[in-house]
Amino acid sequence: MTELLVGTRKGLFVLEGDAGSEKPFEMKARAFPGNVVEFAIRDPRTGTYFASVTSGHYGPRVMHAADPTGEWEPTTGLGYPEDDEWTLERIWAIEPGEADGLMYAGVAPAGLFTSTDGGMTWELNRALFAQPTRKDWQPGAGGLCLHSIATWPGDPSRLALGISAVGVWLSDDGGASWRHGNEGLVPRYLPEGADGTIDLCVHNMHRAPLRPERLFMQFHGGVYRSDDAGETWIPIMDGLPADFGFPMVIDPSDPDSAFVIPMIGDDDRVTVDGRVRVYGTRDAGETWTALADGLPQEDAYLTILRQAFAADGQGPGMGLYFGATSGDVFGSGDAGATWFSVRERLAPVNSVRVS
Amino acid sequence: MATVKLRAPLKDLAGGNREVSIDAGSVGEVLKELERQHPRMVGWVLDEHGHVRPHVNVFVDGERVREDAAVARSATIHVLPSISGGCA
Repeated sequence: MTELLVGTRKGLFVLEGDAGSEKPFEMKARAFPGNVVEFAIRDPRTGTYFASVTSGHYGPRVMHAADPTGEWEPTTGLGYPEDDEWTLERIWAIEPGEADGLMYAGVAPAGLFTSTDGGMTWELNRALFAQPTRKDWQPGAGGLCLHSIATWPGDPSRLALGISAVGVWLSDDGGASWRHGNEGLVPRYLPEGADGTIDLCVHNMHRAPLRPERLFMQFHGGVYRSDDAGETWIPIMDGLPADFGFPMVIDPSDPDSAFVIPMIGDDDRVTVDGRVRVYGTRDAGETWTALADGLPQEDAYLTILRQAFAADGQGPGMGLYFGATSGDVFGSGDAGATWFSVRERLAPVNSVRVS
Repeated sequence: MATVKLRAPLKDLAGGNREVSIDAGSVGEVLKELERQHPRMVGWVLDEHGHVRPHVNVFVDGERVREDAAVARSATIHVLPSISGGCA
């Protein structure tokens, strides 16, 4: 059985089902009713569940639970320094690190928090916070958010971060220092000749674990690949119906693989031609294949948000799941070859992850 | 001591107590002491700068106030979600 954690504008939905059966998943639980759940994951090392919850009244926080159908408790330490003007708005990503107890949280306004006790308490990464350009950082439409945290398998010293709209940041010393990794990215939304050093709107970024110097990125106009650990980027969007989008996943067993869900563009963020299509590459972006069998192909104008696409397992039997702001969730048990409806009419979906 | 009246979810974070008695001179001090006594409440009513969150209302003896308001020893303080803060 597969357990899905679906974060929505109206709480967390815990779904369970069998991708092979191609039947809708059952609803095991709904948590945090009335609150926005930005993101939820289960740390596979400990089995602990984490949910980023934003209350319209009581602010943002990360909650944890041993059982997502049971009681959730708040974690502590997420917040900017009292004497700084920034106030924590949202927690976009929660990512297990590459050492026992090590975890990361990416937040808005853009910052990185680290936990060394398995996500119970958090501490601000001061080196990123102290960047002299921070006063000039500009938000994307979704806010000034740190949403992508790409760890390096087995090496906690190496990290890559994606920030909208402040580009890629790289560290080789566990976050003690940071540098840009933006060469090759083309911000078409800036006038020619403009200084695009920091106004770079990364939408999503993933590392290929079997070839960790390789990263894939969905940019604000463009899909890119890096083969040098994020130092330079190569455009790979030829063959896609549009180069705008937010969601991205990879097959962890295939360093040449990436999957995206293109949308028309930044002024019309819906699926292209009213057809819901995932596009996959198995040759590092040389070619892209539409994966749409079983997905709506007529008058379907869906918006799939940044964290609302998830992979489960690897290879030809890899599960793929995504949810839309329409409240529809789709799944595939064969790496996108065929799709089925996991669930309809949920609240607008912010995130999907497989437990 | 001032009496702080709480509703869910704050009541649950305060160990299920609907009322908590606190001796402090201002609303901000009352809420900080509430956090000290019930650490699970940290960050819920006050943000990281010590300000009452914009969509939380604090009433002292029926008057809506912010964190710098004075609190008499006999005061009754209600901490409530505002009608503006829900999610559409």
